[in-house]
Amino acid sequence: MNCSECDANLNIPDDASVGEIVSCPDCGADFEISKKEGSNVELKQAESVGEDWGE
Amino acid sequence: MSKICIVFDRLRLEEKLLQKEAKDLGNETSVLDAKITQINTDSKKSDFDFGDVVLERCVSYFRGLHFTACLEFLDVPVINEFNVANNCGNKLFMSLLLKKNNIPTPKTYFSFSKDGAMENVDKVGFPLVIKPVIGSWGRGVMQIKDKDTLDAVIEIRELTDGPHDRIYYLQELINRPPRDIRVISVGGRAIAAMYRKSDGGFKTNIALGAEPELCEITSEMEDLVEKASKAMGGGILGVDLMEDEKRGLLVHEVNNTVEFKGLVKVAKKNIPKEMIEFAVNSIRK
Repeated sequence: MNCSECDANLNIPDDASVGEIVSCPDCGADFEISKKEGSNVELKQAESVGEDWGE
Repeated sequence: MSKICIVFDRLRLEEKLLQKEAKDLGNETSVLDAKITQINTDSKKSDFDFGDVVLERCVSYFRGLHFTACLEFLDVPVINEFNVANNCGNKLFMSLLLKKNNIPTPKTYFSFSKDGAMENVDKVGFPLVIKPVIGSWGRGVMQIKDKDTLDAVIEIRELTDGPHDRIYYLQELINRPPRDIRVISVGGRAIAAMYRKSDGGFKTNIALGAEPELCEITSEMEDLVEKASKAMGGGILGVDLMEDEKRGLLVHEVNNTVEFKGLVKVAKKNIPKEMIEFAVNSIRK
Protein backbone atom coordinates (compact mmCIF):
# COMPACT_ATOMS: atom_id res chain seq x y z
CA MET A 1 0.00 0.00 0.00
CA ASN A 2 1.31 3.43 -0.96
CA CYS A 3 1.08 6.85 0.64
CA SER A 4 -1.70 8.96 -0.87
CA GLU A 5 0.44 12.08 -0.38
CA CYS A 6 3.82 11.07 -1.82
CA ASP A 7 3.33 7.53 -3.14
CA ALA A 8 6.04 6.03 -0.88
CA ASN A 9 5.57 2.44 0.25
CA LEU A 10 3.78 2.22 3.63
CA ASN A 11 4.95 -0.57 5.89
CA ILE A 12 1.90 -1.87 7.78
CA PRO A 13 2.82 -4.51 10.37
CA ASP A 14 0.82 -7.77 10.25
CA ASP A 15 -0.27 -7.33 13.87
CA ALA A 16 -1.47 -3.75 13.42
CA SER A 17 -5.04 -3.11 14.62
CA VAL A 18 -7.90 -0.90 13.52
CA GLY A 19 -7.44 2.52 15.10
CA GLU A 20 -3.63 2.43 14.98
CA ILE A 21 -1.67 5.15 13.23
CA VAL A 22 0.72 4.42 10.37
CA SER A 23 3.21 7.13 9.38
CA CYS A 24 4.70 7.51 5.93
CA PRO A 25 8.47 7.04 6.21
CA ASP A 26 9.10 9.60 3.43
CA CYS A 27 6.72 12.53 3.91
CA GLY A 28 5.57 11.91 7.51
CA ALA A 29 1.85 11.92 6.73
CA ASP A 30 -0.19 10.02 9.32
CA PHE A 31 -2.90 7.53 8.42
CA GLU A 32 -5.32 5.66 10.64
CA ILE A 33 -6.15 2.02 9.90
CA SER A 34 -9.92 2.19 9.41
CA LYS A 35 -10.50 -1.41 8.29
CA LYS A 36 -8.45 -4.60 8.38
CA GLU A 37 -9.54 -7.99 7.13
CA GLY A 38 -6.61 -10.33 6.68
CA SER A 39 -4.18 -8.60 4.36
CA ASN A 40 -6.81 -6.13 3.14
CA VAL A 41 -6.22 -2.83 4.87
CA GLU A 42 -8.07 0.45 4.46
CA LEU A 43 -6.58 3.72 5.62
CA LYS A 44 -7.99 7.16 6.26
CA GLN A 45 -6.23 10.41 7.00
CA ALA A 46 -5.44 10.56 10.73
CA GLU A 47 -6.81 13.38 12.87
CA SER A 48 -4.30 16.12 13.56
CA VAL A 49 -3.31 16.70 17.19
CA GLY A 50 -6.06 18.68 18.93
CA GLU A 51 -5.75 21.38 21.55
CA ASP A 52 -7.44 19.08 24.07
CA TRP A 53 -5.28 16.03 23.40
CA GLY A 54 -3.36 14.48 26.24
CA GLU A 55 -3.80 12.73 29.52
CA MET B 1 -15.26 -13.98 33.48
CA SER B 2 -15.95 -10.31 32.80
CA LYS B 3 -16.13 -8.34 29.61
CA ILE B 4 -14.10 -5.16 29.40
CA CYS B 5 -14.64 -2.60 26.68
CA ILE B 6 -11.90 -0.13 25.79
CA VAL B 7 -13.22 3.08 24.25
CA PHE B 8 -10.55 4.86 22.19
CA ASP B 9 -10.07 7.42 19.47
CA ARG B 10 -6.44 6.63 18.66
CA LEU B 11 -5.21 3.14 19.48
CA ARG B 12 -1.92 3.54 21.33
CA LEU B 13 0.39 1.05 23.00
CA GLU B 14 -1.47 1.58 26.30
CA GLU B 15 -4.80 0.44 24.87
CA LYS B 16 -3.18 -2.63 23.27
CA LEU B 17 -1.46 -3.54 26.55
CA LEU B 18 -4.74 -3.20 28.46
CA GLN B 19 -6.51 -5.39 25.94
CA LYS B 20 -3.78 -8.04 26.09
CA GLU B 21 -3.72 -8.06 29.89
CA ALA B 22 -7.50 -8.35 30.08
CA LYS B 23 -7.37 -11.39 27.81
CA ASP B 24 -4.44 -12.93 29.70
CA LEU B 25 -6.48 -12.63 32.90
CA GLY B 26 -9.27 -14.61 31.27
CA ASN B 27 -11.62 -11.76 30.42
CA GLU B 28 -13.42 -10.98 27.21
CA THR B 29 -12.57 -7.68 25.57
CA SER B 30 -13.96 -5.35 22.98
CA VAL B 31 -12.60 -2.11 21.58
CA LEU B 32 -14.83 0.71 20.42
CA ASP B 33 -13.81 3.72 18.37
CA ALA B 34 -15.61 6.74 19.86
CA LYS B 35 -15.19 8.62 16.57
CA ILE B 36 -17.55 6.32 14.71
CA THR B 37 -20.03 5.56 17.50
CA GLN B 38 -23.46 7.21 17.52
CA ILE B 39 -25.59 7.55 20.65
CA ASN B 40 -28.97 9.24 20.98
CA THR B 41 -31.46 9.99 23.75
CA ASP B 42 -33.41 6.80 22.96
CA SER B 43 -30.29 4.61 22.94
CA LYS B 44 -30.19 1.61 25.26
CA LYS B 45 -27.20 -0.10 26.83
CA SER B 46 -28.16 -3.24 24.92
CA ASP B 47 -27.69 -1.42 21.57
CA PHE B 48 -23.92 -1.54 22.12
CA ASP B 49 -21.20 -3.99 23.05
CA PHE B 50 -19.98 -2.18 26.16
CA GLY B 51 -19.50 -5.34 28.24
CA ASP B 52 -19.49 -5.12 32.04
CA VAL B 53 -17.26 -2.07 32.36
CA VAL B 54 -15.72 0.49 30.02
CA LEU B 55 -12.23 1.90 30.22
CA GLU B 56 -12.50 5.34 28.60
CA ARG B 57 -9.17 5.95 26.90
CA CYS B 58 -9.73 8.74 24.36
CA VAL B 59 -6.71 10.96 23.70
CA SER B 60 -9.07 13.87 23.07
CA TYR B 61 -10.20 15.17 26.46
CA PHE B 62 -13.49 16.67 25.32
CA ARG B 63 -14.39 13.62 23.24
CA GLY B 64 -13.72 11.32 26.21
CA LEU B 65 -15.59 13.55 28.66
CA HIS B 66 -18.72 13.79 26.52
CA PHE B 67 -18.59 10.10 25.63
CA THR B 68 -18.39 9.32 29.35
CA ALA B 69 -21.51 11.42 29.96
CA CYS B 70 -23.32 9.28 27.37
CA LEU B 71 -22.06 6.06 28.96
CA GLU B 72 -23.34 7.13 32.37
CA PHE B 73 -26.67 8.10 30.76
CA LEU B 74 -26.84 4.49 29.52
CA ASP B 75 -25.97 3.20 33.02
CA VAL B 76 -22.71 1.72 31.76
CA PRO B 77 -20.02 1.58 34.48
CA VAL B 78 -17.06 3.59 33.22
CA ILE B 79 -13.54 4.24 34.47
CA ASN B 80 -12.98 7.07 35.02
CA GLU B 81 -16.37 8.45 35.99
CA PHE B 82 -17.58 11.71 34.45
CA ASN B 83 -16.97 13.74 37.62
CA VAL B 84 -13.40 12.46 37.86
CA ALA B 85 -12.67 13.31 34.21
CA ASN B 86 -14.25 16.74 34.67
CA ASN B 87 -12.29 17.45 37.86
CA CYS B 88 -8.95 16.37 36.39
CA GLY B 89 -9.46 17.85 32.92
CA ASN B 90 -9.67 21.42 34.14
CA LYS B 91 -6.63 22.64 36.07
CA LEU B 92 -8.62 25.29 37.93
CA PHE B 93 -11.19 22.78 39.20
CA MET B 94 -8.36 20.39 40.08
CA SER B 95 -6.33 22.99 42.04
CA LEU B 96 -9.42 24.05 43.99
CA LEU B 97 -10.18 20.45 44.94
CA LEU B 98 -6.58 19.77 45.99
CA LYS B 99 -6.51 22.84 48.25
CA LYS B 100 -10.01 22.21 49.60
CA ASN B 101 -8.85 18.75 50.69
CA ASN B 102 -5.71 20.08 52.41
CA ILE B 103 -3.36 18.50 49.89
CA PRO B 104 -0.14 20.49 49.52
CA THR B 105 -0.22 22.18 46.12
CA PRO B 106 1.47 25.22 44.55
CA LYS B 107 -0.15 28.59 45.25
CA THR B 108 -2.26 29.41 42.22
CA TYR B 109 -3.92 32.66 41.18
CA PHE B 110 -7.11 32.82 39.13
CA SER B 111 -8.46 35.75 37.19
CA PHE B 112 -11.16 36.04 34.59
CA SER B 113 -10.05 38.76 32.18
CA LYS B 114 -6.75 40.19 30.93
CA ASP B 115 -7.17 43.20 33.22
CA GLY B 116 -7.80 40.89 36.16
CA ALA B 117 -4.69 38.87 35.29
CA MET B 118 -2.50 41.97 35.03
CA GLU B 119 -3.79 43.30 38.33
CA ASN B 120 -3.13 39.93 39.93
CA VAL B 121 0.46 39.90 38.64
CA ASP B 122 1.01 43.47 39.86
CA LYS B 123 0.16 42.28 43.37
CA VAL B 124 2.13 39.02 43.28
CA GLY B 125 5.17 39.86 41.14
CA PHE B 126 7.34 37.67 38.93
CA PRO B 127 8.23 34.89 38.21
CA LEU B 128 5.02 32.98 37.61
CA VAL B 129 3.94 30.10 35.43
CA ILE B 130 0.89 30.45 33.22
CA LYS B 131 -1.04 27.35 32.19
CA PRO B 132 -4.12 26.89 30.03
CA VAL B 133 -6.92 25.53 32.23
CA ILE B 134 -7.45 22.75 29.70
CA GLY B 135 -4.55 21.09 27.94
CA SER B 136 -1.85 18.47 28.35
CA TRP B 137 1.67 17.54 27.37
CA GLY B 138 2.94 20.92 28.57
CA ARG B 139 1.30 22.83 25.73
CA GLY B 140 0.84 26.52 26.50
CA VAL B 141 2.67 26.24 29.84
CA MET B 142 5.07 29.18 30.02
CA GLN B 143 7.28 30.89 32.54
CA ILE B 144 6.40 34.54 32.98
CA LYS B 145 9.57 36.27 34.13
CA ASP B 146 8.76 39.88 33.30
CA LYS B 147 6.09 42.27 32.07
CA ASP B 148 7.13 41.96 28.41
CA THR B 149 6.50 38.20 28.49
CA LEU B 150 3.18 38.70 30.28
CA ASP B 151 2.08 41.29 27.70
CA ALA B 152 3.01 38.92 24.85
CA VAL B 153 1.10 35.98 26.36
CA ILE B 154 -1.97 38.13 27.00
CA GLU B 155 -1.86 39.54 23.46
CA ILE B 156 -1.76 36.02 21.97
CA ARG B 157 -4.71 35.01 24.14
CA GLU B 158 -6.67 38.05 23.03
CA LEU B 159 -6.04 37.07 19.41
CA THR B 160 -6.96 33.40 19.75
CA ASP B 161 -9.88 34.24 22.10
CA GLY B 162 -10.93 30.65 22.77
CA PRO B 163 -13.55 30.22 25.50
CA HIS B 164 -10.89 29.21 28.01
CA ASP B 165 -8.42 31.95 27.03
CA ARG B 166 -10.23 34.42 29.27
CA ILE B 167 -9.57 32.25 32.33
CA TYR B 168 -6.10 33.03 33.62
CA TYR B 169 -4.38 30.35 35.72
CA LEU B 170 -1.11 31.66 37.12
CA GLN B 171 1.00 29.59 39.48
CA GLU B 172 4.02 30.26 41.65
CA LEU B 173 7.28 28.96 40.18
CA ILE B 174 8.49 26.18 42.46
CA ASN B 175 12.15 25.95 43.47
CA ARG B 176 12.88 22.30 42.82
CA PRO B 177 15.30 19.92 41.14
CA PRO B 178 14.90 19.85 37.31
CA ARG B 179 12.44 16.99 37.49
CA ASP B 180 9.01 16.03 38.73
CA ILE B 181 7.47 12.73 39.80
CA ARG B 182 4.62 10.96 38.02
CA VAL B 183 2.81 8.39 40.14
CA ILE B 184 0.22 6.05 38.68
CA SER B 185 -2.69 5.64 41.04
CA VAL B 186 -5.15 2.77 40.75
CA GLY B 187 -8.08 3.10 43.12
CA GLY B 188 -6.02 5.40 45.32
CA ARG B 189 -3.03 3.02 45.48
CA ALA B 190 0.31 4.26 44.16
CA ILE B 191 1.43 1.36 41.96
CA ALA B 192 4.37 2.84 40.03
CA ALA B 193 6.32 6.08 39.89
CA MET B 194 8.95 7.71 37.75
CA TYR B 195 11.06 10.83 37.77
CA ARG B 196 10.57 12.93 34.66
CA LYS B 197 13.78 14.84 34.07
CA SER B 198 13.77 18.05 32.10
CA ASP B 199 15.83 18.13 28.91
CA GLY B 200 17.06 21.60 29.76
CA GLY B 201 13.89 23.68 30.00
CA PHE B 202 11.62 23.92 33.02
CA LYS B 203 8.96 21.58 31.64
CA THR B 204 9.17 17.89 32.51
CA ASN B 205 6.57 16.32 30.22
CA ILE B 206 7.59 13.02 28.64
CA ALA B 207 5.73 14.20 25.52
CA LEU B 208 8.30 17.01 25.27
CA GLY B 209 11.31 14.73 25.63
CA ALA B 210 11.81 14.49 29.42
CA GLU B 211 13.78 11.41 30.43
CA PRO B 212 11.87 8.86 32.56
CA GLU B 213 13.64 7.15 35.48
CA LEU B 214 12.15 4.73 37.99
CA CYS B 215 11.27 6.34 41.35
CA GLU B 216 10.85 4.42 44.60
CA ILE B 217 7.44 5.05 46.13
CA THR B 218 7.73 6.42 49.67
CA SER B 219 5.03 6.31 52.34
CA GLU B 220 4.67 10.10 51.97
CA MET B 221 3.93 9.64 48.25
CA GLU B 222 1.44 6.86 49.01
CA ASP B 223 -0.37 9.11 51.43
CA LEU B 224 -0.48 12.11 49.07
CA VAL B 225 -1.59 9.98 46.13
CA GLU B 226 -4.37 8.37 48.14
CA LYS B 227 -5.62 11.80 49.25
CA ALA B 228 -5.35 13.32 45.75
CA SER B 229 -7.21 10.37 44.25
CA LYS B 230 -9.97 10.64 46.82
CA ALA B 231 -10.26 14.39 46.19
CA MET B 232 -10.77 13.81 42.46
CA GLY B 233 -13.21 10.93 42.94
CA GLY B 234 -10.96 7.88 42.54
CA GLY B 235 -10.37 5.71 39.49
CA ILE B 236 -7.16 5.38 37.46
CA LEU B 237 -5.06 8.52 37.59
CA GLY B 238 -1.62 10.01 37.03
CA VAL B 239 -0.63 12.12 40.02
CA ASP B 240 2.21 14.61 39.43
CA LEU B 241 4.41 15.74 42.30
CA MET B 242 7.10 18.40 42.62
CA GLU B 243 9.86 18.42 45.23
CA ASP B 244 9.72 21.93 46.67
CA GLU B 245 13.02 22.84 48.37
CA LYS B 246 11.24 24.17 51.46
CA ARG B 247 7.82 22.50 51.64
CA GLY B 248 8.65 19.01 50.36
CA LEU B 249 6.28 17.21 48.02
CA LEU B 250 3.51 19.20 46.35
CA VAL B 251 0.79 17.79 44.13
CA HIS B 252 0.60 20.03 41.07
CA GLU B 253 -1.53 17.95 38.72
CA VAL B 254 -3.81 14.92 38.58
CA ASN B 255 -4.37 13.39 35.14
CA ASN B 256 -7.28 11.45 33.70
CA THR B 257 -6.64 8.67 31.06
CA VAL B 258 -3.04 8.37 32.20
CA GLU B 259 -0.35 7.36 29.70
CA PHE B 260 2.18 4.74 30.81
CA LYS B 261 4.11 3.50 27.80
CA GLY B 262 7.43 4.69 29.24
CA LEU B 263 6.90 3.60 32.81
CA VAL B 264 5.61 0.14 31.89
CA LYS B 265 9.11 -0.89 30.72
CA VAL B 266 10.77 -0.27 34.08
CA ALA B 267 8.00 -0.54 36.70
CA LYS B 268 8.14 -3.40 39.20
CA LYS B 269 4.39 -3.89 39.11
CA ASN B 270 2.48 -4.86 35.99
CA ILE B 271 0.66 -1.57 35.37
CA PRO B 272 -1.98 -2.72 32.85
CA LYS B 273 -2.67 -5.80 34.99
CA GLU B 274 -3.32 -3.63 38.05
CA MET B 275 -5.68 -1.47 35.98
CA ILE B 276 -7.62 -4.43 34.60
CA GLU B 277 -7.91 -6.07 38.03
CA PHE B 278 -9.24 -2.76 39.40
CA ALA B 279 -11.80 -2.58 36.58
CA VAL B 280 -12.93 -6.17 37.16
CA ASN B 281 -13.19 -5.63 40.92
CA SER B 282 -15.26 -2.49 40.33
CA ILE B 283 -17.89 -4.63 38.57
CA ARG B 284 -18.21 -6.90 41.60
CA LYS B 285 -18.78 -4.01 44.02
